[in-house]
Amino acid sequence: MSQDAKNQWPLWEVFIRSKSGLDHKHAGSVHAPDPKMALQMARDVYTRRQEGASIWVVKSDQIIASDPGEKAMFFDPMEDKVYRHPTFYKLPDAVDHM
Amino acid sequence: MTQSIELKEDLSTRYVLRIADSCLILSQRLTEWCGHGPVLEEDIALSNIALDLLGQSRLLLTHAARLDGQNYDEDQMAFLRDERDFNNITLVELPRGDFAFTVLRNFMFSALAMQLWAQLKQSSDAGLAAIAEKSMKETRYHHEHSRDWLIRLGDGTAESAAKMQAALELAWPYVKEIFADDAIDAHAAQTGLGPRWSSLRDGWQKDMDDALAEAGLHQPKETPFLSTGKTGVHSEHMGFILAEMQHLQRAFPGATW
Repeated sequence: MSQDAKNQWPLWEVFIRSKSGLDHKHAGSVHAPDPKMALQMARDVYTRRQEGASIWVVKSDQIIASDPGEKAMFFDPMEDKVYRHPTFYKLPDAVDHM
Repeated sequence: MTQSIELKEDLSTRYVLRIADSCLILSQRLTEWCGHGPVLEEDIALSNIALDLLGQSRLLLTHAARLDGQNYDEDQMAFLRDERDFNNITLVELPRGDFAFTVLRNFMFSALAMQLWAQLKQSSDAGLAAIAEKSMKETRYHHEHSRDWLIRLGDGTAESAAKMQAALELAWPYVKEIFADDAIDAHAAQTGLGPRWSSLRDGWQKDMDDALAEAGLHQPKETPFLSTGKTGVHSEHMGFILAEMQHLQRAFPGATW
């Protein structure tokens, strides 16, 4: 099954929705020559155990991802902002069962 | 060695066995791709199709055993019958071949199954009608999957087109058998069990013509050769596939895991 990278079919990211009303969640990726076959292959690889009610496929190179090298700049500043969590606030007794 | 079982010579049982055994043997052939597919995704797709066919054959074998009335179960039906007692069409027992032959044969068989299930939904036998209803959904996917590949490869590069045409030349002599009627068909039509297979030819041919035209492939000429797998007289490949498929149950009767 090994092939040169340049001979490989393009990569597609697969998103599966397990039930109506829920979100599509990232399930993995497949190689496929075109959108139709990408959908079929996603169906064959990722919904064999009734995982799906709907599938999206997106060409992997169309996804803009954050840079892992910038993780510190992007995400660390949120570490000490506990007041952004609802649990930080004490509710008055009158507002029960929140 | 566990002794072989022998079924009664009943026309309805044989009609169901023709479908059951064709699904079973094609499934067995397709499993030969497991771990050898051209790409991982296709490897899984072919295994999925093989498992669908196996599921269909299990239901049909159980049903045939009920018609036979000797209390055999699906495992005995699959693993303890002799070659002459199998009624699959010869096409499905031909060796696995290359990927071109595999998708072509899958298309030829799923096109037949589409015609068959559509008619069997109205079978006078409620059990058979229910199996047809369930199987149709699976077969529609097998049909789409194999048709896509047939067109993609037929209409692809010079090499892929040549391989598809070669596969067509190899498979075509086995078509005539599929639609050749006999007493089993006549009985099924008369009792409302199912259609004469000859009546499925027009729909099948139309499906085939459309796909071959789109793929830019040419239907080979018909030859005088007539294969006879449906009547229990098989090609030289059948013994080998049964030897492999039945080995475990014959050598270790009742083995489970």
